[in-house]
Amino acid sequence: MWDYSDKVMDYFRNPRNMGELEDANGIGKVGSMACGDVMYLYLKIDPKTEVIEKATFKTFGCASAIASASILTEMVIGKKIDEALKITNKDIVEALGGLPQAKFHCSVMGSEALEAAVNDYRGIKPEEKEELEGKLVCKCFAVTDKLIEKVVRENHLTTVEEVTAYTKAGGACGSCKEEIKEIIDRVNSHPCCQI
Amino acid sequence: MFVYLDNNATTSVAKEVLEVMLPFLQEEYGNPSSMYEFARKPIKAVEKARRQVAEFLGAAYDDEIIFTSCGSESDSTAILGSLQALGTERNEVIISDVEHPAVFNLRKHLERMGYTVKVLPVNKSGLVEVASLENVISEKTALVSVMYANNETGCIMPIAELTEVAHKFGALMHTDAVQAAGKVKIDVQKLNVDMLGISGHKIHAPKGVGALYLKRGTSFRPFLAGGHQERGRRAGTENVASIAALGKACEMAGEALEYEQTEIRRLRDKLEAGLLAIPYSYLNGDREKRTPNTTNISFEFIEGEAILLSMSDKGICASTGSACSSESLEPSHVLLAQGLPAKLAHSAVRFSLSRYTTESEIDYVISEMPKVIERIRKMSPFWHEN
Repeated sequence: MWDYSDKVMDYFRNPRNMGELEDANGIGKVGSMACGDVMYLYLKIDPKTEVIEKATFKTFGCASAIASASILTEMVIGKKIDEALKITNKDIVEALGGLPQAKFHCSVMGSEALEAAVNDYRGIKPEEKEELEGKLVCKCFAVTDKLIEKVVRENHLTTVEEVTAYTKAGGACGSCKEEIKEIIDRVNSHPCCQI
Repeated sequence: MFVYLDNNATTSVAKEVLEVMLPFLQEEYGNPSSMYEFARKPIKAVEKARRQVAEFLGAAYDDEIIFTSCGSESDSTAILGSLQALGTERNEVIISDVEHPAVFNLRKHLERMGYTVKVLPVNKSGLVEVASLENVISEKTALVSVMYANNETGCIMPIAELTEVAHKFGALMHTDAVQAAGKVKIDVQKLNVDMLGISGHKIHAPKGVGALYLKRGTSFRPFLAGGHQERGRRAGTENVASIAALGKACEMAGEALEYEQTEIRRLRDKLEAGLLAIPYSYLNGDREKRTPNTTNISFEFIEGEAILLSMSDKGICASTGSACSSESLEPSHVLLAQGLPAKLAHSAVRFSLSRYTTESEIDYVISEMPKVIERIRKMSPFWHEN
């Protein structure tokens, strides 16, 4: 049994902003059913002001994936997109009153979905996006070096186990663990990469 | 209403079982190894329990029963203890693809010891086929270990037939019968297995006690070495109260077998029919060859942990094959092994009844589950009504 915070359980039991958004002009779809979680984030952005007016979600996944998506919608509504993009997975974890470490990947999915929705709004097609996302490291869970670098940097991660908890990378066959270690070392040895 | 349908995970301690235990936790606390009258009752309790377990399993001799601390210890003791005694001439071990972690995760350990471990597949219904053992067994095979009944699907494996093949090649046969005990009649002589393990807390005894049947004449080295207890086959002061409890639990489980096969089966079938009436729900595992208390159902488009937590809010306890409910990131290896796509393995929920499950509990679950499934499906991007 996971020791979920009251806030996670509240957002799971009473999800805010759940459902499709008819007039969405930015939709982010991340995750895969085979991996156990999928998140769709729908944004209605005012083209003049670039303010997110409405945000909703749909999630296939566990309680923490549902809660992460739901609280994220509340966090972005009323923000300009550039401001919203500054929300990291860490912010989502904090807003939820914490998540079990093995569930951090749910919060990472939240920030990925947000990025994907903004890319969609800006007309950046998935093919181009893949290039932006970098090289595939974990083939089991389709995790790229760019995403691993991002979570390592933003959360000050130092071990492969932590990266697995945040992104799932290395959690199945484990053949990419060496590569993950190299990425961690690379990020942590370059002060310029750290925020 | 509180409804516990997770009896393959653990069970309540039966009132009669608790009564048998209590004296040995209170006034009769003597150590069975001691040399005075005060130790007589504990000794007698342990030997009575041995008789009860032997009878329950159909063993020819009481001394074929060794008490352990749990099902996992029974499995490790059987596998590692017998291999150690055999020597290294035979260097292959065969297990099935759907073993409980107690056996499945010994694989790496055995490989480090120099054994080649071969894994038998299961068919679409979740059953091990005798032909697949015939395909891989050889004169190099030291031991075959296949579970009697699977914990997730309840599938019952053809142990007697597998044993025949194992023995033809001079290999030992072990079966983890933790999930079969109390649900199907176990007869070690008919099965002809060399080793069989059970666990107390799955049959209404407390956690922390198990037993291993070790056929007379089977070469064996103790897994837990030290004192002389259990005829030198398992060191450590006897857990008298829990051993007495296991004996009583076995006696009661033996008496309740008929009820399990008829009444519990009827309730399970009723529950299953009610759940399968929910659209896009599918049964996992063989419909006929399985324990009468278990049903495993995938509810498409949604994920198991969300289902369980939503059920929990209604007071209903069950378990899931989804990765999200455990530290692991992959869904149930049992369901994947029988060819279920990962998305349906993530959607699987196991319901397991006990002889204390009532009809009104089943009716309650049948009436609440459609609402639970609908609520979670509404949140799923893959669910579209009509």
